[in-house]
Amino acid sequence: MATVLVNDISVDIGDEKLNCVQAAQRAGVTIPHYCWHPALSVVASCRMCLVMVGEKKTDGSIAMQPKVVPGCQTPVKDGTVIQTMDPRATTAQKATLENLLLNHPLDCPVCDKAGECLLQDYSFKFGNASSRMVDEKNTPPNKPDIGPNVSLFTDRCIMCSRCVRFTREVAGTAELHVVQRGNHSEIDVFPGHPLDNKLATNVVDLCPVGALASKDFLYKQRVWNLKTVNSVCTGCSTGCSIHLDTNKDVVYRLRPRFNPRAQGHFMCDEGRLGYQQVNSSQRFRKPLERRESGTKPIEWSAAVASVDRAFREVAGVDAGNAWFVLSPFLTLEEAWLLASYARSVSPFVRIVSGPVTRVGDDDTYPKDRKGRPAANVKFTIRAEKCPNRRGVEAIVSHFQKTVVSFNDLLQACDAGSARFVYVTGGYSSAHPGFRVEDADKLAKAPHLVVHDLMPSALTDRANLVIPSAAFSEKEGTYVNHAGLAQSTVAGCVPLRGMRTDGQVFLDLLGRKGLVRAEEIRKEIGKTVSALAALAQGSTGEFGVFTGSGS
Amino acid sequence: MATYEPVLLRRIGRPECQGIEGYRADGGYKTLERVLKELTSEQVTNQVKDSGLRGRGGAGFPTGLKWTFLPKGHPGPIYLCVNCDESEPCTFNNRVLVEKDPHQVLEGIILASYAIRATTAYFYIRYEYGHGMRQMQKAIDEAYSAGLLGKNILGTTFSLDVFVHRGAAAYICGEETGLIESLEGKRAWPRIKPPFPAIEGAFRKPTIVNNPETLANVVHIMERGVDWFKSIGVPPDPKNPRDAGSYGPKLYCISGHVNKPGIVELPMGVTLRELVEKHGGGVWKGRKAKGAIPGGNSMGIIPESEFDIPLDFNGPGTVKALGLGTAAVTIFDDQTSIVDVLHNLCRFFAHESCGQCTPCREGTGWMLKIVERIRRGQGRREDLDILEEVADRIGIMPGTTICGLADGAGWPVKTAIRKFRPEFESYLKTGPRQGVRLQMAQAH
Repeated sequence: MATVLVNDISVDIGDEKLNCVQAAQRAGVTIPHYCWHPALSVVASCRMCLVMVGEKKTDGSIAMQPKVVPGCQTPVKDGTVIQTMDPRATTAQKATLENLLLNHPLDCPVCDKAGECLLQDYSFKFGNASSRMVDEKNTPPNKPDIGPNVSLFTDRCIMCSRCVRFTREVAGTAELHVVQRGNHSEIDVFPGHPLDNKLATNVVDLCPVGALASKDFLYKQRVWNLKTVNSVCTGCSTGCSIHLDTNKDVVYRLRPRFNPRAQGHFMCDEGRLGYQQVNSSQRFRKPLERRESGTKPIEWSAAVASVDRAFREVAGVDAGNAWFVLSPFLTLEEAWLLASYARSVSPFVRIVSGPVTRVGDDDTYPKDRKGRPAANVKFTIRAEKCPNRRGVEAIVSHFQKTVVSFNDLLQACDAGSARFVYVTGGYSSAHPGFRVEDADKLAKAPHLVVHDLMPSALTDRANLVIPSAAFSEKEGTYVNHAGLAQSTVAGCVPLRGMRTDGQVFLDLLGRKGLVRAEEIRKEIGKTVSALAALAQGSTGEFGVFTGSGS
Repeated sequence: MATYEPVLLRRIGRPECQGIEGYRADGGYKTLERVLKELTSEQVTNQVKDSGLRGRGGAGFPTGLKWTFLPKGHPGPIYLCVNCDESEPCTFNNRVLVEKDPHQVLEGIILASYAIRATTAYFYIRYEYGHGMRQMQKAIDEAYSAGLLGKNILGTTFSLDVFVHRGAAAYICGEETGLIESLEGKRAWPRIKPPFPAIEGAFRKPTIVNNPETLANVVHIMERGVDWFKSIGVPPDPKNPRDAGSYGPKLYCISGHVNKPGIVELPMGVTLRELVEKHGGGVWKGRKAKGAIPGGNSMGIIPESEFDIPLDFNGPGTVKALGLGTAAVTIFDDQTSIVDVLHNLCRFFAHESCGQCTPCREGTGWMLKIVERIRRGQGRREDLDILEEVADRIGIMPGTTICGLADGAGWPVKTAIRKFRPEFESYLKTGPRQGVRLQMAQAH
């Protein structure tokens, strides 16, 4: 047991290997830092985390080192004493901030980072109110096309080199470099080798100031207008924990949220930009019924009644000819509700899990010099482009003891035996779930109900289309490739007049009230043995591991 | 003091000694042969340690002590890096050694490698020393042919390869970890310490970085013994418990406004005044000296009134200069404006700061901008205080940077202002003299 004294606050760090910055965090003391990041190597060059460090001797006396040391570089051990309020430390921190602002343009009013900028925050907390610099500032030219997704405002850079280390240590692609010397140092790329890798936009999150900006988000919103909720990326089965930033029910950006159980600190660019589908103008807004004269919007209550009537008609004759397809994009709660509805009518209804989209192989980072995956994997973009295959499969196998597959459904449709098919979708338009020939087969069923977000080959052939809510508009739980169940919070309300998928399923079930994901989770946890870990209801900040699926 | 007979510079002016035959005919490599046959590595290390030899690169760290920091019984490889990135302005002692007597340096390299059990030595030479690089490469080639390098040197089990590595012209490559990074093919950003190079240096292996002049001294320590070495120079100051003494001969570079600039080998402890008057031929044009930089730009500036300090590792510190540095003395006469001197120094450090640590990167640039403005005649009184404050708070001594470049950048500024403040203050009032051209080639 090691005890560290931070500003006279005693904190027990166990036997972890920590540096002064981390130990102080445990004690609730902020040591300002720029260049240090837990996922990157230590360079101790920004000199923002200068503190006084000493050691408490066994006789109780404290011997302090005679000068300030960088907290990020100094490991703590039992008896280490950290003083952040010592005049020498505060003077050094003030001096560093004064230095950083010497050549900084202070263009906060037009800077995207303003509001979540560490230079602003630390200057306010630890810095001076005015600058003594009266000379002209350096104004290096901006590099707006440093990469396809990233723009560099060179003059705002404080040379913490986090971005350079990220491209070397995590992405392994090493596009970014420091060029020039002294206060003319700049971040740059080699000509013809832009910052173009699948993790590139992480440098924007890493940048403590507004130097690196995401082109997607640039000049869209002031960050203090954004509402942030914890969510999960639905782009692949890694299930990155994310922050979902919205304003007035429009999603503006996704940012990775640190989760040691899921992905760590980062997320890929595809997932980051995957929210754009949510804001698409092509999304369905009202249920559409196909008639001979064409499709016609109908009321939600009519759509629900129509589904229920058609299903019961078929189930009344032979429930084996009624099929429900649970998409791997559904949340656990939705899958549970829909399967419960199907089973409530007849035990012979067939429930299958939807097709799983896979693209290539798992893409691991860092890459080596030649672009091949290197040994110590720090980030994986998974080939499986669905967020909840394991979860949905657990639900399906709970209800459907004899396994039937999506292919069995296709054969049944082809043979003309399937009378009623309810398909849930939610696939991203970049990786569609249903091929055209599959859609043709499914269309042979007399009643094809498709519950989806965007028009696709399948919705074109459906008798009834029910609009889906996007992942940002609903709460629910996803189980990632490793069996980690993470629940999300709705970041915005659904589009005007829309109902979430879960609400539709509740209506079908005839249950009253709104969808309360936590109650349903508890229900699942108590009933489905593979998902027993959910019985608590809450999955916490980092999610809980389930033993479900394979 | 009796006339001192040069040892390190003995063969300068004798071009025949630059080749291996001439060097051998003059007694060269005899020490190496004897040491390899008769002494163990520990004995060599101990002899160097006992001699009190301190590094000639600038910091004056005891060489033998540095060698003992290597991990005991390390399976290897251990590397020796020879720091010939002599980029301190006005310093050219290694240049003379490498260009005029490369075999002496090479013998020192082999001896040191034997002592620290290094099997590979890298001779890192700055880009501008093209002639020196070719001389060294020629000496190495000759030594390979003579069986003094390569496998099983002189029939012993000791093997050594020496490679010449040419730098790309940056002051920071003279910092030992900056040199190692540069050697590894990276940007020469000094590393954070610990680990020190002796534990984890070049290619993450134990590494010793030494100056060529230091290694040349090792030859003579092994040849003539500890007592000879200790008979030269200055013993430790009894009043300063941290002084390890300044033994041995030293190459002093004299430049600036003197009649006879050049290099001279003297025992440690010669006074600055003697160096200027006797060995530098006095100040030029019959003028008086205004001040001097005692040991390379980073050591600070001292006025003429303090010229009586001894130039040993302890002396310059007594008048609040940073230290002996490279013992490269630059004199400027009484017609020189101290503002011009400081401006030139600031330009150098702002240009050479590697840009890694914030205080140095921004501090050196800021100081330059302020001094430039003062020089234009737009200085304010508070600028002097700002300069002093900035200079005081950057560097490894206050703990705000990784390497010592910032200390070297701060010291000239604060010593200039503290020791020549009246001149600065009058300059603030009068501005530049009429007719003085202020334009100077821009660093960038």
